[in-house]
Amino acid sequence: MLHTIVLIVENRPGVLVRIAGLFSRRGFNIDSLTVGATDNPDYSRMTITVEGDEVVLEQVTKQLNKLVNVIRVSEMDPKESVDRELAIIKVAAKKEDRSEIMQIVSVFRAKIIDVSPRSLIIEVTGTNDKVEAMVRLLRQFGIKEMARTGKVSMVRGTKAVGP
Amino acid sequence: MGKMTGAQAILECLKLEGVEIIFGLPGGVLLPLYDAIYDSDIRHIIVRHEQAAAHAADGYARATGRVGVCLATSGPGATNLVTGIATAYMDSVPLVAMTGQVPTTLIGKDAFQEADITGITMPVTKHSYLVKDARDIPRIFREAFYIARTGRPGPVLIDLPRDVTVDELDFHYPDIRLPGYNPNLKVHSLQIKKAAAALMEAERPVLYVGGGVKYSDGHRELLKLAERIKAPVTTTLMGVGCFPEDNPLSLGMLGMHGTKYANYAIQEADLILAVGARFDDRVTGKVASFAPQARIIHVDVDPAEIGKNVRVDIPVVGDAKSALSELAKAVGEKPWSPWNEKVAGWKGEYPLCYATEGESIKPQCVLETLYELCPEAVIVTEVGQNQMWAAQFFTHRDPRRFISSGGLGTMGYGFPAAIGAKMGCPDKEVFDIAGDGSFQMNIQELATAVVNEVAVKVIVLNNGVLGMVRQWQDLFYEKRFSSTTLHRIPDFVKVAEAYGALGLRATEPSQLEGVLLEAIESEVMTVVDVIISPDEKVSPMVPAGASLSEILELEEAVPSREAQRAYAGSSASEILELEG
Repeated sequence: MLHTIVLIVENRPGVLVRIAGLFSRRGFNIDSLTVGATDNPDYSRMTITVEGDEVVLEQVTKQLNKLVNVIRVSEMDPKESVDRELAIIKVAAKKEDRSEIMQIVSVFRAKIIDVSPRSLIIEVTGTNDKVEAMVRLLRQFGIKEMARTGKVSMVRGTKAVGP
Repeated sequence: MGKMTGAQAILECLKLEGVEIIFGLPGGVLLPLYDAIYDSDIRHIIVRHEQAAAHAADGYARATGRVGVCLATSGPGATNLVTGIATAYMDSVPLVAMTGQVPTTLIGKDAFQEADITGITMPVTKHSYLVKDARDIPRIFREAFYIARTGRPGPVLIDLPRDVTVDELDFHYPDIRLPGYNPNLKVHSLQIKKAAAALMEAERPVLYVGGGVKYSDGHRELLKLAERIKAPVTTTLMGVGCFPEDNPLSLGMLGMHGTKYANYAIQEADLILAVGARFDDRVTGKVASFAPQARIIHVDVDPAEIGKNVRVDIPVVGDAKSALSELAKAVGEKPWSPWNEKVAGWKGEYPLCYATEGESIKPQCVLETLYELCPEAVIVTEVGQNQMWAAQFFTHRDPRRFISSGGLGTMGYGFPAAIGAKMGCPDKEVFDIAGDGSFQMNIQELATAVVNEVAVKVIVLNNGVLGMVRQWQDLFYEKRFSSTTLHRIPDFVKVAEAYGALGLRATEPSQLEGVLLEAIESEVMTVVDVIISPDEKVSPMVPAGASLSEILELEEAVPSREAQRAYAGSSASEILELEG
């Protein structure tokens, strides 16, 4: 089972290595990991999706909490949180395929952000499932390159995960 | 406090942290720091190999309860510390390891004697720092000492680039602000209530205690709790000494080379109270069949230990001493029960024992005799058979008087750790129980001990082989003794003398007591070479991966003297007379 964990960490050199090292050392599987700034320059925010059962999740959470540079660890309840991922996809676009591709883009409320004679770059934002679905549909035209940010997640309502 | 260099600031921090001794070895990038040490009141002990600096600081920390400090130069000096840091990490020993580093401008350029030591040690440190600005020195040192000694203790590394030790700063020792570090010491009263109720209900309780009780100084509270509810107590290797082994409730050590009765008690228990112990594989054997009938209460200051290896019914996060003290208050007095009778029966039926036939000196007898001659000694061990015999056959009655590399199992640990322990406790007799294999791994520290007049007594149980591995080859590899015979053992008496130490030797049983007495009375660094048979085994033994119920008895015949004392009610001297 996939779990989503949000971390608030000190914005210091080596923090990412400590977290990545912990996962590899203890044999936990990272599915995706994103890092970015928060409103406070002293802290960064990470969203990690990790594969495993409840026992693994508990160990991951406890071990992360032991790292001195980790300020907060929270597991995201999928029902109580929203999450998004952004992907940019370079897809082969022959003349005869273009209109169909553009239809798909429109259905997914995605955007075309670069056009060239033989390819398009498409930007899509949404849940993992939505991005997956779009990727599946685009595969028939030939995906030349794809970059995904991995998931970021936030609790619904006024509750906040902060330092 | 005014302007000073980084090096001076480091020594000021050490002084403020109460450091009295540093174990280290200089090098190029440490010149500015060593120049400041030249003017300092803090004692610096030059070791002969950096690994020994880490082990000595570790032994000092385990013996005194204070933070041990070691120092090594960049590159190879720093990498030589790694085994010592890993040893301290596995056994939760408070240590601050300082390493030199190439100047900040050269980091990452593969400079002379550069090694990424914070990277290398990341998996084996509680935390680490690379100091990039001299002005951070006071904050980092204060945090490092705080992190090393609080919560679950552990080693912290501080990497010090050369320029940082030269740059000037205004010294100010700041308050600690570590939002991501909150060691949870206070126990939850509801969990204590639940645990106390379970202890009162249990018919067959066992207390299983580890190093956490030693590090929190909780041994008195443990004794009080155990005596109130009449619960038998078994200790891990790290917990040896936390419960007096001459107490009728003591089961001695459990696990692979634990007593039969400790392992039987665990397997029959209906409740286990684990305190400051981590259900290591050497303790549990096959984990699926560990304590099959028992509910488990687990007290640990490190929440990540709870539920890591076994399922726990009542978790209690917090400091072992406060938990034991709260529990002792929350439980009522219980009477001596049929369970106590059953355990006492096992103790009588299956004592630790060893065969006494043959001409050679019995290693078990060395430890028993040493206990009778010097019961208050601090026992430091190497790793292997010597370590297990020292745990089994010396009667341990106080915490911090048994010092051994448990988790990492580092051969070569004992001698430098004994030097550190002796420097921390100069009034105590400190013995390193060694094998000829382990002793040769850090034998160069004889120079450190002699130069600094540290009167450590090394007892080499000399069998000419790597005994523990050989024992496994004997039992599980059809006596194919691949690479465990050392062929040529140096003359340890001559080696000792070459370094300016006293060398003694016992080759037959009649010489043993005299030689040990001479060692005890010696006021200088002493090596006692005790010749034993290569076929001696550590017994009993639970094979790796087997259940604790599957115990092999490898040595039968005469019960240990502690067992004889417990059952005959006779004193040590009477037993000596019987045998004499």
